Amino acid sequence: MIKAILIFNNHGKPRLSKFYEHYTEDTEQQIIRETFHLVSKRDENVCNFLEGGMLIGGSDNKLIYRHYATLYFVFCVDSSESELGILDLIQVFVETLDKCFENVCELDLIFHVDKVHNILAEMVMGGMVLETNMNEIITQVDAQNKMEKSETFIFQSPRQDR
Amino acid sequence: MSPSVCLQEMIRVIRGARTQGEERGVIQRECAAIRAQFRQADSGGRSHNLAKLLYVHMLGYPAHFGQMECVRLIASSKYSEKRIGYLGAMMLLDEKQDASLLITNSIKNDLSHSSQHVQSLALCTLACMGSAEMCRDLAPEIERLLKASNSYIKKKAALCAVHIVRKIPELGEMFTPSAHSLLSEKNHGVLHGAVILITELCERNPDNLKQFRKSVPELVQIMKNLVTSGYSPEHNVAGISDPFLQVRILRLLRILGRNNDAASDAMNDLLAQVATNTDSSKTAGSAVLYETVLTIMDIRSESGLRVLAVNILGRFLLNNDRNIRYISMTSLQKIVQTDHTAVQRHRGTIVDCLKDQDASVKRRALELSLALVSAANIRSMMKELLLFLSTCPPELRSHAASGIFNAAGGDVRDETVPNLIQLITAASELHCYTVHKLYRALISDIVQQSLVQVACWCIGEYGDLLLKGECEEITPMQVTEDDVLDALETVLQSHMSTPTSRGFALTAIMKLSTRITNNVDRIRSVVSIYGSCIDVELQQRAVEYNALFKKYDHMRYFTMSYCTVILEFGCRSRLSLVLGY
Repeated sequence: MIKAILIFNNHGKPRLSKFYEHYTEDTEQQIIRETFHLVSKRDENVCNFLEGGMLIGGSDNKLIYRHYATLYFVFCVDSSESELGILDLIQVFVETLDKCFENVCELDLIFHVDKVHNILAEMVMGGMVLETNMNEIITQVDAQNKMEKSETFIFQSPRQDR
Repeated sequence: MSPSVCLQEMIRVIRGARTQGEERGVIQRECAAIRAQFRQADSGGRSHNLAKLLYVHMLGYPAHFGQMECVRLIASSKYSEKRIGYLGAMMLLDEKQDASLLITNSIKNDLSHSSQHVQSLALCTLACMGSAEMCRDLAPEIERLLKASNSYIKKKAALCAVHIVRKIPELGEMFTPSAHSLLSEKNHGVLHGAVILITELCERNPDNLKQFRKSVPELVQIMKNLVTSGYSPEHNVAGISDPFLQVRILRLLRILGRNNDAASDAMNDLLAQVATNTDSSKTAGSAVLYETVLTIMDIRSESGLRVLAVNILGRFLLNNDRNIRYISMTSLQKIVQTDHTAVQRHRGTIVDCLKDQDASVKRRALELSLALVSAANIRSMMKELLLFLSTCPPELRSHAASGIFNAAGGDVRDETVPNLIQLITAASELHCYTVHKLYRALISDIVQQSLVQVACWCIGEYGDLLLKGECEEITPMQVTEDDVLDALETVLQSHMSTPTSRGFALTAIMKLSTRITNNVDRIRSVVSIYGSCIDVELQQRAVEYNALFKKYDHMRYFTMSYCTVILEFGCRSRLSLVLGY
């Protein structure tokens, strides 16, 4: 099971935080800080696996991360997930973001964090991997965005009182 | 009151803040505006307000006042509002809040919505934060959706069912027939979900295991199709056809084949085929190969296949890619108990990994090395482990130290004891942890003489830390002065203790006389008893210590304080010099 998916930049600013188990708001922030602390200490040519900190719960959990330019993508998983599989999944996630945003960069994630959540929701659900085929994911996300747009078009500006 | 600004504009303003204080100010203003808007009965832009609130929540600011707004938005008829409402529910609501129960009805309605996208929102939210009551209520709906004609909905319903089974295991029965029929689907997403569901059902209930063993031939066939099919652009990852699905099926086969000859036989050929034909030059292939190896080792496979599997792991241990080395050590750890001799063959490489730069690789190598210590290799292993202890990163030190203590059995040569003591002295931040651990080891077992000696030395030296009862790394036992003296006296009196160990114990008792307050008389009497001991060494020690008590009490603190490594190792003549005889 995937316990959490975190994206933060080289300074530790969160760009996406998705938790699949319940934690209080304070604990969530602590987890983000601690994860950043652990991951930022790593060199460039070491392996992509970290035994997790004390906070995210026990020795069964691992942090699997990838560093792309200014962003860290971190998946916190337990032993029921294949480590190499998750590494590939992160790659699929990033490639999908790239396709959806056309050469995605950190600013895209900052200003469209809700869209990133929608894309992620098509890949991971309830802490389990849902779909790994990039085209399938993009098809669904596009259809959903179309639905949203058609509503806005019909109902004009969202700010108008009705 | 500032007019509602859309999400991107607010983000721009927040990013424009130059200090933390300025950012807080901006966010507080925005939240106040959002709060006011939520209170209005019917305001446009509700979804934008919630989106802003969720952004602010991600940055760590409180957002609980948005919970009811999530409930309201979920009940809306507009897709855009539902979408953000459900996202908000997943981020802000949990079982403990009453608001979560209020969305149960909305979810129920949305599960039968005409649009699959609305259905999928409901399924996603239920799978993420559905409480036990919600799950019980909605399980029949989910079961119905598992039989839907739409594969998009089926795959989501399958994962939702997994969540329900996790919350309420008894409901697993409801999903067993559907899970079985899902295996005949062609859609990979649905198959993937089905395999996860079956895995969960089998892990929860052994009866399900029996039932699903009948599916082994079907699973083997699905794997065969994946492995032998030509290039399929849809699911291809680096030349492997849907490695994610392959890995899931292999894990399920492992669970089904465990302790069962018939099932293991049925999958033997397939495993051999995958093990020999998978191209492991990229991560995807390696992932599949590892699962195959672990499955082979865990089921009742033929010995030839087992040898092949361990060889594959050994080969990966030598791979240049650190990820592969890390994974191979994780895999070896899983089989080290059952296939000890096979893993021993790779001991050299594993011990070399103790010197790797990468902390994660070091940690795995340490675990494995400790598991590989045996009577035959203890001397060389101890040398390597002690070397590791002196250079390892701080977070691994206490684990390494306790591992070494446990392994320090009767076969250890005498030099290890002073080496270990020297190391302990050097690691000053570990004194408290070490003395607690060693005390516990001492009271449970006094057969291993080197461990006894190191423990006695530690208790003598750091007894005050032991009695204080505070320790950061482990929960300390409450130890009284009498407990400690009892433990040391047991060593003194036991027929299992060697003369050296007795010497250590007596010196430790003596040292404690300067570190405790209540039982000095008890110590005095013990020491005087041993003044007439048959063992000459022990007798001489006791007489000297007695003298410290009687004639040189003012020097007792000096000689017994923290620089007493000398007393143990043959320089006791120095003490005689000090005392003048």
